[in-house]
Amino acid sequence: MKTLPILLKKEFLQFRRNKLMPRLALLFPCMVILIIPLVATMDVQHVGVAIVDHDNSTLSHRISTSLDASALFSVTTAPTYADAMAMIENDRADVVLTLPRHLERNLLSGQPVAPDIAANGVNGIKGSIGSAYVMQAVGESLISATGRHVDSPSIVYRFNPTLDYRHFMIPALMTMLLIMLCGFMPALNMASEKETGTIEQINVTAVNPFTFILSKLIPYWIIGLVVISIGMAIGVAVYGLVPAGSLTAIYTASALFILVMSGIGILIANFSSTMTSSMFLMLFIVLIFILMSGLLTPIDSMPEWAQNITLAVPPRYFINIMRSVYLKATSINALIPDYAALALCALTSCTLAAITYSKRN
Amino acid sequence: MKAIEVVNLTKRFGDFTAVDSINFSVEQGEIFGFLGANGAGKTTAMRMLCGLSKPTSGRAVVAGFDVGTQTEMVKRRIGYMSQRFSLYEDLTVMENIMLYGGIYGVPKATLRERARQMGRRLDMTSDLQRLVADIPLGRKQRLAFSVSTIHRPEVVFLDEPTGGVDPIARRLFWEMIHEATGDGTTVFVTTHYMDEAEYCRRVSVMVDGQIRALGSPSELKQNFSISTMDEVFRALARNSLRSE
Repeated sequence: MKTLPILLKKEFLQFRRNKLMPRLALLFPCMVILIIPLVATMDVQHVGVAIVDHDNSTLSHRISTSLDASALFSVTTAPTYADAMAMIENDRADVVLTLPRHLERNLLSGQPVAPDIAANGVNGIKGSIGSAYVMQAVGESLISATGRHVDSPSIVYRFNPTLDYRHFMIPALMTMLLIMLCGFMPALNMASEKETGTIEQINVTAVNPFTFILSKLIPYWIIGLVVISIGMAIGVAVYGLVPAGSLTAIYTASALFILVMSGIGILIANFSSTMTSSMFLMLFIVLIFILMSGLLTPIDSMPEWAQNITLAVPPRYFINIMRSVYLKATSINALIPDYAALALCALTSCTLAAITYSKRN
Repeated sequence: MKAIEVVNLTKRFGDFTAVDSINFSVEQGEIFGFLGANGAGKTTAMRMLCGLSKPTSGRAVVAGFDVGTQTEMVKRRIGYMSQRFSLYEDLTVMENIMLYGGIYGVPKATLRERARQMGRRLDMTSDLQRLVADIPLGRKQRLAFSVSTIHRPEVVFLDEPTGGVDPIARRLFWEMIHEATGDGTTVFVTTHYMDEAEYCRRVSVMVDGQIRALGSPSELKQNFSISTMDEVFRALARNSLRSE
């Protein structure tokens, strides 16, 4: 253990002298948190609605006017359904709203009415969310036309009242940053020592393998915590997103999760002899982590077998903690199972990293 | 006491026998040349002696400890410099000294003193604060040797230490090795430069994983009734099955 400070000093000197790494560790998080929430938004706007009006009544005119008045829609009219479909094919419309003949008459005489909505499924999110918006807007017009007062369901989105996608996304982006930086950097570091042959010089000394692995883990642990801090600072400064929960909860989870990722990075490097092969393996794992952790798509909507697999995907616990703490102010106590799972993963990956690092073959 | 004692040392990788039951011993303070063509198994044998590779069978004792079972004890008593350059290029020479010396537990003040001596001896005092990457290869190799002995090991293993440098730099390197053995350090060196073999007190020639000849350069030349080590080497390597 006396050698740990000596090895750590070496790692920090090397990190500082590296031309790429310090910049990568600082600029990468800034760029991701500053730019990605602006471009990768899931808020649907500018839904192109093509209206085919077969009724041509006061009511049908009122429906188009009310849609047109909303900032969400840009409304055009089409003489026939075929024309409207052509507009969808040309990408000039996302949703076709067909108002059938006798719509007003049937509605006022109490008969069922059925406006028809067709949506473009190519851009699935815009199509489905857009058509839901249209349905809601048409429904409101129909109800008000009957003059009856109907209680429409009132929907309130708790914890993210405006359903601002950014509030959902920033914790996810910070998770992705940790996966990338804290996974790739130690793997690169170990593999490059193998490639240049300096690791032989270490292996031939009596250095303790655990001490050596610790000297590889600790620097990235610190870097990861800096990255998380940068991410949170930008979240507050630029998006006004202040974590609702405690910083202790966030840092505890981050500290554990960074260990998980760095451990995996070193484990991978232990089994690959070149940087190239370690990067390829890492990329594969990172991709699975990002897709299977509930970062992009909810775990609840995965098939059951896939949901079971996600139990072994460590970022799943981290992203759950981050979102709960960030948006709902959930306490550590309420998330004990997730923290425990993360701690277990951290212990496993770091132990495996140390055990599989063998000083001789 | 022998510095190195090897008995029936063998290493197999699957069906391939890289090192085939070799036997030899090295005296303390001796410069022992370990010769062989590429692929003859000398690096594998050396890696076993350094504790970097586990012997399949046989045994080897280095500096009084068994490399198979007392690996860490062996490692504390040896120095190692490999053909793939072994100093950290992005650290200064001084930082490398503090790193390696520190790992071996040599006190900082002692290391600084030894670094000063080393700078004077090699006439490289000004290089101590330079990044290793900025130092020419020949000087770098001499520095690497000095760093690998900064903890004053009993045995130093050098794996083709002078690859890629000119004869003058090689000569300087060997003069330095001779100086180092003055205080009793044993040097075990692999090389395929036959002129370097002449600097060794004894050499062994490895062919196809076996030691085919062992003795002082002059003995070997006499036995083969030829005048240079180069010809001795060629006479032995001619029958190699693993030749390139």
